[in-house]
Amino acid sequence: MELTTIWFLLVAVLFTGYFILEGFDFGVGMLLPVLGRDDRERRVLINTIGPVWDGNEVWLITAGGAMFAAFPEWYATLFSGFYLPLLLILLALIARGVAFEYRHKRPEASWKRRWDHAIFFGSLLPAVLWGVAFANILRGVPLTADHEYAGGFFNLLNPYALLGGLTTAALFLTHGAVFIALKTVGDIRDRAAALAIRVGIATAVLAVAFLTWSLTIRANTAAIILAVAAAVALLGGLAAAYARREGWAFIGTAAAIGLAVATLFTALFPNVLPSTLDAAGTLTATNAASTPYTLKIMTWVAVIFTPIVLAYQGWTYWVFRKRIGVAHIPRH
Amino acid sequence: MDALDVARWQFGVTTVYHFLFVPLTIGLSILVAILQTLWHRTGDEKYLKLTKFYGKLFLINFAMGVVTGIVQEFQFGMNWSDYSRFVGDIFGAPLAIEALVAFFLESTFIGLWIFGWDRLPKRLHLATIWAAAIGTNLSAYFILAANSFMQNPVGYRINPDTGRAELTDFVAVLTNKVALITFPHTIAGAFLVAGSLLVAVALWHLIRRPDSTDTPAYRFAAKFGSWVTLISATAVMITGDIQGKIMTQVQPMKMAAAEGLYDTESPASFSVLTIGSLDGNRELFALKIPYLLSYLGTGDPNGTVSGINDLQAQYTAQYGAGSYTPIIPITYWSFRLMIGFGLAAAAIALLVLWGQRRGRTPTSRWLLRAGLVMPLLPLAANSFGWIFTEMGRQPWIVFGEMLTRDGVSRSVSLAEVLTSFTAFTLIYAALAVIECKLLIRYAKAGVPDLTPAPEPDDTDDAERPLAFAY
Repeated sequence: MELTTIWFLLVAVLFTGYFILEGFDFGVGMLLPVLGRDDRERRVLINTIGPVWDGNEVWLITAGGAMFAAFPEWYATLFSGFYLPLLLILLALIARGVAFEYRHKRPEASWKRRWDHAIFFGSLLPAVLWGVAFANILRGVPLTADHEYAGGFFNLLNPYALLGGLTTAALFLTHGAVFIALKTVGDIRDRAAALAIRVGIATAVLAVAFLTWSLTIRANTAAIILAVAAAVALLGGLAAAYARREGWAFIGTAAAIGLAVATLFTALFPNVLPSTLDAAGTLTATNAASTPYTLKIMTWVAVIFTPIVLAYQGWTYWVFRKRIGVAHIPRH
Repeated sequence: MDALDVARWQFGVTTVYHFLFVPLTIGLSILVAILQTLWHRTGDEKYLKLTKFYGKLFLINFAMGVVTGIVQEFQFGMNWSDYSRFVGDIFGAPLAIEALVAFFLESTFIGLWIFGWDRLPKRLHLATIWAAAIGTNLSAYFILAANSFMQNPVGYRINPDTGRAELTDFVAVLTNKVALITFPHTIAGAFLVAGSLLVAVALWHLIRRPDSTDTPAYRFAAKFGSWVTLISATAVMITGDIQGKIMTQVQPMKMAAAEGLYDTESPASFSVLTIGSLDGNRELFALKIPYLLSYLGTGDPNGTVSGINDLQAQYTAQYGAGSYTPIIPITYWSFRLMIGFGLAAAAIALLVLWGQRRGRTPTSRWLLRAGLVMPLLPLAANSFGWIFTEMGRQPWIVFGEMLTRDGVSRSVSLAEVLTSFTAFTLIYAALAVIECKLLIRYAKAGVPDLTPAPEPDDTDDAERPLAFAY
């Protein structure tokens, strides 16, 4: 396999990992005001992701770094072109990350309420905007022959991309509800499970509509198979949630997100950012790539370190595998 | 004002701001790991109290370092996309490795450390803080190797077809002599901040509450922090000295700009301060140390240090017409403020050790005041150091290869970059106030009381509250 293909795959894997992992973090954040009826319940919700959210976010930093190293043209065009959405994502991630750490540092209700808002909007905004961004990547954007973005902010807010944003937000919401049902005990667990099914049905409708629309824009056999698999995984996850098999439900929603992201990347390949303006502007895994020497070095680094990272991150989830409930939240 | 100016201001503000938190993360992670190791080895509770106490301050600071760090990675693509295109083949690799090798280690094990107090065996829990601290320090190496390429590009060629820089020797990039010396200099600067924070907080408690039962803990922290400050100040000086000599070789203009030296001199003197203008026309007063600049730059008190005028002429011949001179007042004063603030912190550390000699407890109000400003001094020194090294490279973004003005994103409008600059400045300012207040609040609260709260007898293990929860 060509090095550029390997790196296209690796970037896809990193974003897939990011959306599966931070997907449920975003879901928990968006559900904070819905499932957390009082402070202790909200603390239960935050503590389900407390030990892991930061490590999950590093998947994004690594995906961005990998894109920069392996496809500098893709990184440069995408990040300067999708300027305002990325700015909003950054601001949201700043507010949300600080909120997790600072929320319990003062006892006043007003203090906590403010950080709760930061967590909610800091989760909602990226959950929507990542969908908008990836839908636009698949759809293509106006690029000049020298790969400069030639559209404005509102170019990015087309109906298809907005449907993409709604779909990712809904997927993360369902994924988060399933995760909460998996990680908590008591009343909050029951409410999360019930909510997962209600939200999940709407999510399934949105996801099927979005993936179908995506495949009308560009498609290949593999992408179609992956899209069908994503839908099946989501429905399977919902069935498991209905049967209160929470582990299977989580595997189902995680697989659905992973397969949906894989669908987009597979449909996109070998392009990485198609141009709707000048065909010469289209960025591909070949013309956006670094030199073979850089890719070879980075491949070695990835081959050695990715398994190590997966091992210790997996171990972290094992350490914090116990369910928590309001009884586990200390008074202070 | 155009998009370039605003993009530069944004980079300056976000980078200096990010680096207010990074040194404390780098230094304090190791110091907290050492405190926990001391507790582990001796079983003395005062070390556990100090671990938890400084650990809390560490985490308040750590969160800010993490969230402001993501901006740094995104900013290259957002505001500096032509720079990213030009250097991506080389510059992206250390960034990606930093994330994969260092950030995962740091963030995953910090999570394990925070929440692992009652979940992990003691030894394993101790290992988690060390893993996080190693990750943090490793990350500094990769990002400094990337920055060093901008100061002194090595291990690359320019592809004549694409006009872009391409990596030819990755080992050369990682062992860039600028990187090899900037890394210890930066790490030592980070420990200067961390040591000073230890001292400041401990001193406050020692002088304000001399009768506290926790006095032995604070005495230890003040002493430990003072030694860390002194040793790291020494390391900063030694590495800074070597760095100056390398800078004179690879970026002679930066050295000339540090002194405001217009004409080549041998021997060259170092001015401690200058009153008047720095362009040599209206110098009202200058306090000069003869031979010192020659020594700093070349190691020989009679060595030749090139002046700005000669270098400007040389660069014009080499790169074509244009100004190749940084803004002299900025480089001149940032260089001096960096050194001055660093030395001031070391001086206070000496006073604190003197105040504690032979088992004494310091009581001086003056010492208390000096101690309280102490952490701000190396923070300022670090900031001025970065301002010096980045402004001293101007007008280049990659020395000798790309001008800063050619690196900016062409597709980003002034309105967009202004929005971004304003948004970051506002959110950063608000968070700075919140963070400072929290740090002071938790610093004042003092070391925790370790007597466990009485548990109702009928609580079984599964229902016990977590030792730590958000």
